[in-house]
Amino acid sequence: MTDLPGYPSRRSFLKATAAGAALSGLALPASAQQTPKPVSLDDYQREYLNADEWAFIMAATARLIPSEGDGPGALEARVPVFIDRQLASDYGTADDWYMEGPHDASAEPARGWQTPLNPAEVYRQAIPAFNAWCQETHGAAFAELSPEQQDASLTSLQNGDVALAGEVREFWGLLLSNTKEGYFADPQYGGNHGMQSWVYIGFPGARAAYREWPERHNVKYPLGPVSISGERA
Amino acid sequence: MARQEKKKDVVIVGLGWTGSIAGIELAQEGLDIVALERGHDQDTVPNFEYPQQIDELKYGVRLKMMQKPSQQTVTVRRNDGETALPYRSLGSFLPGNGVGGAGTHWNGLNWRPQEVELKLRSHVRDNWGEQIIPEGMNLRDYPVSYDELEPFFTQFEKVAGISGYAGNLNGEIREGGNPFEGWRSEDFPMPPLPTTYDSAKFQEAAKAMGYHPFPASAGIASTAYVNPYGMQMGPCNFCGFCERYGCYQYSKSSPQTAILGALKRMPNFEYRTGSEVLRVELAEDGKTATGVTYWDEAAQEEVFQPADIVILSSYQLNNVHLMLLSGLGEAYNPLTGEGTLGKNYAYQMNGGVSMFFKDAEFNPFVGHGANGMVIDDFSISQNDFGAEGFIGGSYWRAGTFNGQPIRNMPLPKGTPSWGAGWKEGIGEWYGHAMSIGSHGSHMSYANNHLDLDPTYTDRHGRPLMRMTFNWQDNDLKMNQFMKSKMEPLAASMNPDIMQAGFKNIGAQYDVRPYQTTHNTGGHIMAENAREGAVNRYSQTFKAHNVFAMGAGNFVQNTQYNPTGLVGGLAYHTVHAIRTQYLSNPRPLV
Ligand SMILES: Cc1cc2nc3c(=O)[nH]c(=O)nc-3n(C[C@H](O)[C@H](O)[C@H](O)COP(=O)(O)OP(=O)(O)OC[C@H]3O[C@@H](n4cnc5c(N)ncnc54)[C@H](O)[C@@H]3O)c2cc1C
Ligand code: SF4
Repeated sequence: MTDLPGYPSRRSFLKATAAGAALSGLALPASAQQTPKPVSLDDYQREYLNADEWAFIMAATARLIPSEGDGPGALEARVPVFIDRQLASDYGTADDWYMEGPHDASAEPARGWQTPLNPAEVYRQAIPAFNAWCQETHGAAFAELSPEQQDASLTSLQNGDVALAGEVREFWGLLLSNTKEGYFADPQYGGNHGMQSWVYIGFPGARAAYREWPERHNVKYPLGPVSISGERA
Repeated sequence: MARQEKKKDVVIVGLGWTGSIAGIELAQEGLDIVALERGHDQDTVPNFEYPQQIDELKYGVRLKMMQKPSQQTVTVRRNDGETALPYRSLGSFLPGNGVGGAGTHWNGLNWRPQEVELKLRSHVRDNWGEQIIPEGMNLRDYPVSYDELEPFFTQFEKVAGISGYAGNLNGEIREGGNPFEGWRSEDFPMPPLPTTYDSAKFQEAAKAMGYHPFPASAGIASTAYVNPYGMQMGPCNFCGFCERYGCYQYSKSSPQTAILGALKRMPNFEYRTGSEVLRVELAEDGKTATGVTYWDEAAQEEVFQPADIVILSSYQLNNVHLMLLSGLGEAYNPLTGEGTLGKNYAYQMNGGVSMFFKDAEFNPFVGHGANGMVIDDFSISQNDFGAEGFIGGSYWRAGTFNGQPIRNMPLPKGTPSWGAGWKEGIGEWYGHAMSIGSHGSHMSYANNHLDLDPTYTDRHGRPLMRMTFNWQDNDLKMNQFMKSKMEPLAASMNPDIMQAGFKNIGAQYDVRPYQTTHNTGGHIMAENAREGAVNRYSQTFKAHNVFAMGAGNFVQNTQYNPTGLVGGLAYHTVHAIRTQYLSNPRPLV
């Protein structure tokens, strides 16, 4: 039995674990993989978003998590792919949520999600409305604006200065949280490409075995991340 | 016409912690038992296996183990004048779903209440007088005492496999344990887990201030362990995917690791998943139940399951909902004080301080759900309610429990929430922050109650339950008191930056951020049918063959996480059924 570097020793695990069946929990791919090169974002086959929405998501996420500075930006992490796939999934259609009426979309935010729309519909209705606001305020759709204008527009959206219908009031919150989810979620969902965001902050991803570590005080954990499918970085 | 199943001795509604306890203890009496669970089946293998379980998006964010609001939810309003709106997507609390219930994905912080918490009204009266009780607060004593429950706390802790160090062993106070805890007849089943860096820092600072730090009592195995049912646990490896996840390696205490394996081997026990109980059926005289009607998800039809005893163990919210729908009591009316169902709904009042240390390495991903050092120096038994102007208390804890970056990314105030500044901030601060939490009591009030919603219905056409709930000054004052005590302690640790998060007086309940899944009350225990829905044995006053388990029994919430008391009460109840009820079914006194 060979122990994979960075994984809990299978032998010590066997000794330490009362129930041998837990071993099946460590059936790791025999050979660790390098991340395969994906299709470029321009050639990506969209599952939910239309061309205008895609252009918006590409441009907006690129400002929410820009490429400049240390660490990957949203585009290097392929966050737009994540968002597209999430909106095509049962999350986009709010399958788990209670969506029966009557709806009071004007209820104050502390009352939670109250719009009749699901997340996918919120994106569908809010993007053209926000683009129209950008057109009126800055003279072009969001994707066509300069980075400075884009940042100013997003700030207006964040501050509630863009008059949006109550039904799509959650748009800013959704866009920002979905962007961060796509940055940090396991790569199987299409974002966090190459686990670069995990490498950047020092999160070991799906390692999830630190038996020797609780008492190593003030010592930085040295190993890079692994993903659920066995990629390493 | 509903299909009818063969009659059973006992039908159990919901197979989480309390349902599993009822199942195994009553099965030992040789009774023929069926448990009906609305959710899916799940077990360590195959459902919680590594690495599939290590998925923050699926379980931590999209909450795939939890109750789906599309299947069942509540409506919420903050006062009687507001229109209640549905809790459409989960936020503030996350009820469990599927075999094991919330016991599968809890944190494992397992507490006993303090002795005075079970007789809090008397404690207040004897020390300060009843005039300090604020108007509208329904402060009550439990109809059972700590001494009566002690053997059952011990029993639950042995079954669940709890790690810790006794601070009060048969009245002897032991250095290093909690000097303010209720007495224990035995030490913990397992020794405490190792201490992470953040908790060690907190421990040192607390000691220096004269406080009494001790290791948190954890439903997390620190060693190999075999419980009284022969179930085995292995030591936790601090995987950091604990709360909201099933444990992939038999280390977290759960119905699966502690009970269900043994229970499923008993030939007189059967369970059915995809079986959502819709109501308890009462006999014509209204004094006993004849069984329950449930929705068979696979067959898409209603089924009547006759039984001699009905155990409601479907979690506090679902129990109260089922009781309201089945007429197992009258709905509470806050204006007249009459009726008992939905009365004394309570929650939890929490706050905390975050600290940032540029040069410290906390490795926040190394942790478990119940990690940390704790102090009880500001707990209910220690506070001078008369002098401070509130009734309550809290425990404080520091200990890493997850470093999952979507949800756990503390940043200093003023860091932008997006853009280049945010990206810089996460690079700078991830792994260099720690926090101390205050986990506080929540009293019961006439204003906070549960009933049926007049507008919204579930997929079966039943009214949703309506929650009327808001924060009250008493508990907010308690929270502010904790802030005033915690900030100096945090400052003594010399962080580069620190920031406090405690709700202020006037705070309004917000259903969006996660707070706790410690919903309590609604079918409270009492001496008589006028004041509560169940007696000291969790037996309903309405129908003597219906027992309602869980935190719905709490007359007000304690300062602790509820499951230690829930488990103790469950063993107390099944003991009474075994020793008093089966031989002579009747209202117990
Ligand atoms: C994220 C999280 C963290 C927590 N951490 C802690 C902690 O650290 N310490 C602590 O003390 N407590 C904690 N809790 C609370 C703890 O999980 C509960 O106190 C405990 O599980 C309650 O046991 P129960 O038997 O009442 O309910 P559960 O264990 O939730 O079981 C109820 C079961 O009933 C089923 N059910 C519901 N309605 C029906 C119906 N109509 N028909 C059939 N079946 C039904 C549900 O699907 C579920 O399986 C936590 C909870 C959550 C969600
Ligand atoms: S932290 Fe420990 S107890 Fe919790 S899920 Fe991981 S291994 Fe299990």
